[in-house]
Amino acid sequence: MEHRRPRWLWPTLALPGTAWLVLLFAIPFYGVVSIASGYDDPLFGAREPEWNPLHWNADSFREVWRGLESGVFGQPFVRTCTYVVLAMALCFIIGFPVAYYVARFAGKRRGLMLALLLAPFWISYLMRMLAWVNLLQQDGYVNDILAALHITSGPINWLDARWYTIVLGLVYGYVPFFILPLFASLDRIDTRLLEASKDLGVGTIRTFIHVTLPSARQGILAATAITALPMFGDYYTNQLLSSSPRTNMIGNQIQSAVQSPTSRGVGAALVLSLTLFLTILMGYYLYASNAATKDVR
Amino acid sequence: MNILGPIGRWWSNPWRKPRVLAAVTWLYLAWAIVPVIVAIQFSFNKGRSRSTWQGFSTRWYWGDPNRSVWHDATLHNALGNSIKLALLTMAICAPLGVAMAIGLTRWRGYGQKPANMLMLVPLVTPEIVFASALYLCFTTMFTAIQLGSTAQLLGHVTLSLSTVVIVVRGRLLTLGRDFEDAAQDLGATPMQALRTIIMPLLSPAIFASLMVVFATSIDDFVVSQFLSADASSETVPMKIYNSFRGTQTPAVNALATIMLAVTLLAILFAMAGLKLWRRHNGTTGSVVEDFAGLDV
Repeated sequence: MEHRRPRWLWPTLALPGTAWLVLLFAIPFYGVVSIASGYDDPLFGAREPEWNPLHWNADSFREVWRGLESGVFGQPFVRTCTYVVLAMALCFIIGFPVAYYVARFAGKRRGLMLALLLAPFWISYLMRMLAWVNLLQQDGYVNDILAALHITSGPINWLDARWYTIVLGLVYGYVPFFILPLFASLDRIDTRLLEASKDLGVGTIRTFIHVTLPSARQGILAATAITALPMFGDYYTNQLLSSSPRTNMIGNQIQSAVQSPTSRGVGAALVLSLTLFLTILMGYYLYASNAATKDVR
Repeated sequence: MNILGPIGRWWSNPWRKPRVLAAVTWLYLAWAIVPVIVAIQFSFNKGRSRSTWQGFSTRWYWGDPNRSVWHDATLHNALGNSIKLALLTMAICAPLGVAMAIGLTRWRGYGQKPANMLMLVPLVTPEIVFASALYLCFTTMFTAIQLGSTAQLLGHVTLSLSTVVIVVRGRLLTLGRDFEDAAQDLGATPMQALRTIIMPLLSPAIFASLMVVFATSIDDFVVSQFLSADASSETVPMKIYNSFRGTQTPAVNALATIMLAVTLLAILFAMAGLKLWRRHNGTTGSVVEDFAGLDV
């Protein structure tokens, strides 16, 4: 039986939320474009947005490009990419075994392990960083333990612009967000497939490569996107763990440029450049992993 | 295979117990949790140090007449701000998000696709891009809204709205349309069917999504910081961040610990509620699994 539903009902329900997102997401984004393509007020140096696309001005984009070439933005950009790649590799090395174990072998401890896996979600990111700042002080527990084990001779100042502190900080901060989507997809794999593979004499590693990895593709994609995208925009982790310009990431450049009235145009252009870069990266990643799965099959 | 010796045989047995994996997992869980426990420990430190243990006291909670959370207005105001912001965000996100989820799932026609896209894009937008856009927008375009608590609230709702839509829509899609059709066969109007049949069936998903909204809002740092005006709109994560520059006392650890306790209480309360609901409705399964299954 076909039911009569008024045609206006569903669009009306969707309207308030859509209007909210248009006003506070789409329009602000257009605002960023207008500010990046606007003009500096000749008297006060304040940035005036240019709403008409016909009068857009590419000066701030040129400035970003020059900054990339000269190293003002180029160095933080390369540094950001290096940190993110290292941190993502570590996330994968740590996250995959954990997600795999909890999804397949946790047995009667599964509830406890899931609760512990979820715990970092409910603990503020900043509190987790605070915890490490306490531990890594010169007189902190990490140096105490290293000294007690006679690994180091004197206390190390871990928070003194060291790249490995920041990479480990990023991993510590983001790996829970990597594990959860991965767990969800590994948990959905039909275990009969894995058993069949083993019954047919395929080794553990080849089963992993030919059965587990392709089946978990969606999860790996989601996990990578959820962790890598915010890492590219992160500025607080390295601010807390080093606060030295020698470890500045692109997020720090954006934050300081956007929040100072005289460099707003460059800040807006930087935001757009980062967005463009990440869009291309995600597009390529989706395309490449699609091709890779086709090859395996 | 015998050439490999006992270790080789153990390694190449596909049915062996995954002890290495187990060890890695437990090590990871310890690594994830222990630092936080140490941070909580230092909130009870007797001295001013946040890295050397000097004995137990509740000085930084209420003992110290100037710098404890109880006596330092900037600290407990931050706590109030964070909780207020999270509750208001939930209150606005719930009706907006649920209506949008139902609307977008059922609406077949012009405009559905663009609206759906618009809902999905915030999920993959890095927070700094989003926060910069709102900051520039409130300082140059919508100047009627000043930076501060209102701007932060608008930002938090925008940040969390799509999560509610995604979670509720997931549940709607598994429900299908049969329940509604049955209700309408029996003479209910579409609105009645929504109110009396669909809403109760959706309530666990709404509940779960609101818990995620609560966690997102209370944990949020980037949007809060970009859209804050001055010390009066500082939230707990901002206070923790700013404390690294100023005078460092364990009072910030105490503040973070209280925040954590509030969040955990909210979670326990929510899980108990969800469990009661399940018992009432005769469904089985684990609440923890429900949360873990959400692809947030």
